[in-house]
Amino acid sequence: MKDSTLEKRLYTVTVFSENTPGLLNQITIIFTRRQLNIETLSVSPSALKGIHKFTITVETTRDIIEKVVKQIDKRIDVLKAYYNVDEELVSQEIALYKLSTEKVMEMGSVESLIRRYNVRILEINSSCIVVEKTGLYEDTQNLFDELSQTIGVLQFIRSGRVAITKGKVERLSDMLASRAAMIEDEDIEN
Amino acid sequence: MKTTQLSGAHAFIHSIMHEGTDTIFGYPGGAIIPVFDALYDYFDKIHYVLGRHEQGSIHAAQGYARISGKVGVCIVTSGPAATNVITGIGDAMLDSTPLVVITGQVGTNLLGTDAFQEIDVVGITQPITKWSYQIRRPEEIAWAVARAFYIARSGRKGPVVLDFTKNAQTGLVKHYQPEKCTFIRSYVPVLKPNIQKIEEAAQLINQAKKPFALIGQGVALGNAEEELQEFLTKADIPAGWTLLGESVMPSDFPLNKGMLGMHGNIAPNLKTNECDVLIAIGMRFDDRVTGDLSTYAKQAKVIHFDIDAAEIGKNIPADVPILGNVKTTLPLVTKLLNKNTHTEWIASFEEAEQKEKELVIDYEIHPKNGAIKMGETIAKISEATRHEAVVVTDVGQNQMMAARYSKFTQPKSFITSGGLGTMGFGVPAAIGAKIGAPDRTVVLFVGDGGFQMTMQELGTIMQEKIGVKIVILNNNYLGMVRQWQELFHAKRYSSTPMQNPDFVAIAKAYGIKSERVSERSKLDTAIDTMLANDEPYLLVVDVEESGLVYPMIPAGTCVTNIIVNGEKIKL
Repeated sequence: MKDSTLEKRLYTVTVFSENTPGLLNQITIIFTRRQLNIETLSVSPSALKGIHKFTITVETTRDIIEKVVKQIDKRIDVLKAYYNVDEELVSQEIALYKLSTEKVMEMGSVESLIRRYNVRILEINSSCIVVEKTGLYEDTQNLFDELSQTIGVLQFIRSGRVAITKGKVERLSDMLASRAAMIEDEDIEN
Repeated sequence: MKTTQLSGAHAFIHSIMHEGTDTIFGYPGGAIIPVFDALYDYFDKIHYVLGRHEQGSIHAAQGYARISGKVGVCIVTSGPAATNVITGIGDAMLDSTPLVVITGQVGTNLLGTDAFQEIDVVGITQPITKWSYQIRRPEEIAWAVARAFYIARSGRKGPVVLDFTKNAQTGLVKHYQPEKCTFIRSYVPVLKPNIQKIEEAAQLINQAKKPFALIGQGVALGNAEEELQEFLTKADIPAGWTLLGESVMPSDFPLNKGMLGMHGNIAPNLKTNECDVLIAIGMRFDDRVTGDLSTYAKQAKVIHFDIDAAEIGKNIPADVPILGNVKTTLPLVTKLLNKNTHTEWIASFEEAEQKEKELVIDYEIHPKNGAIKMGETIAKISEATRHEAVVVTDVGQNQMMAARYSKFTQPKSFITSGGLGTMGFGVPAAIGAKIGAPDRTVVLFVGDGGFQMTMQELGTIMQEKIGVKIVILNNNYLGMVRQWQELFHAKRYSSTPMQNPDFVAIAKAYGIKSERVSERSKLDTAIDTMLANDEPYLLVVDVEESGLVYPMIPAGTCVTNIIVNGEKIKL
């Protein structure tokens, strides 16, 4: 029987941390030591004041991701780290495409661009048009591939993934409130 | 203490004294001068030990922390001093030694400008510390120091770095008051025990026919030596120990079955792959213990006691993980154990023990002729100190021989660099150990190579009159590397023969009494002379140049692949 813990797939690691300087470095070096390439990374303030949320995607095995997440969770300033697979998550990425105004006009109409690809226009000027598309990686990639082959893309940028779990999960604020009760008193007077 | 206006440097000294610090190791320099200036006012309350190199100072702080159980404190300047302590910080991280290391740093106005003696200390030390923090304002000092000590000594202990900018040292704190840290919301040092897992563990042990325990440093760090003996005794469980688990059990404790791993005893290594329940207690399945993971204890159910969740399943999957301090968790399991005996299973260790005695031990400690042997020297000194000394080692053959042939009657008596394997650790760590345990005899076993890595600390011994007994096992080789070259690299002794200085003359230059022995007939007297008083002493023992540490499990192979005198043993 094949050991499923040794099959590679995409994992999304979520880390809640104190907003202390150098924390990003503390987290990324744990991936570096395990020779893991971070695919995407996004960091932003969470719903709780002073707490930041990291969303990191990485391709690896369950065996490795479990160990990596424990190592991250162990860092003093990390409140909580966990990992999920895609089925457990709702996730989105955002992509911006800069297109030549002249080439878009050649397509026929701007309307067709918007309708066909379900994009939003952020900027139009005489030389270029900037459109935005949100979706899964595949969605933004498909549009990029198609535009590249037809009218060409002048510039392209994509955010890292943001994700939220589908299931009912423990709220971080509740977890923090109950944390003191989890901890064993230590006799550390010396 | 009433709130007063203090300089950051003074506030800092107050804060570390508030944490119970009475001994500091270190070396001054430009970016830390204000702290040393403040320290000048407290020399009546704080024993400050000036090293001769920052690496020496931090290893001394480690030796002190290991023997005393207190947080070791080391204060050095910025730049090169900070990089010189990196080895000790890494060593303390791997061996879970509580340290607070303070490095000076340039003023915040110069940060990031490649200023003189500026280096990114926080960036460099983050991967090898529990916590690394730059103090930029004097108002942060009370908070940062309290937090640093709390982190260093709670949970799985380890090193913390405080990078102390010069303006934070010289700036004034208006309302200084020392703080105490007992809780950090993002940090769970020790989890409360999970009773279900405790019950599962007890059930497994009660059903076991051939239980075997692996004892690590976690037992010593948790001060759980007695709890361990009660646990082992009640269910009659034989136990082996890791290098850092040495002296946790007295050598004559009947269930003590010896050292595990690459140069460990034959029986405990073989029995690892025969037991039905393997009970790991405060140990982390280092590769020097396990060898090839794919063949390690596959037949056994594994119970893993550890304080650190990240160790569970890191190398060996645990059937029953028990998180927590073994001081708490062991008695909970013991209470649920049936009183038991495993006479036949324990007797089955004897064959391998007998074989090792014949093939290795007798030959090593009772040689009839030839050059003095390392094991013989160590066994004699252990005997001469009635097995009561603190034994410190360097790294290499001296370390493995000291681990194999020293005996112990008291816990926390063996200090060595395990995880990082730092040559040069020995001399300064012995200094720290003697300062931390002034009433005990401290004997260091060090090779001629490792001694020369930090022998500048003889200056510290001289100035502080530290009564350590240094024994150089001199074979004129980097012996452990030479051993691998002999066994695995066709005897091509690349870069291992050493031309050594006159060690006795060096000791004399530092005013340290010294003798060199090359003949067996003079060894006993030389040892007696060394141990006759509490003064520092250097004994140089010329030992067999081609001595090998046996048994040996070649790196990365199965724990039953045990080599003695070049051949795999069969039982």
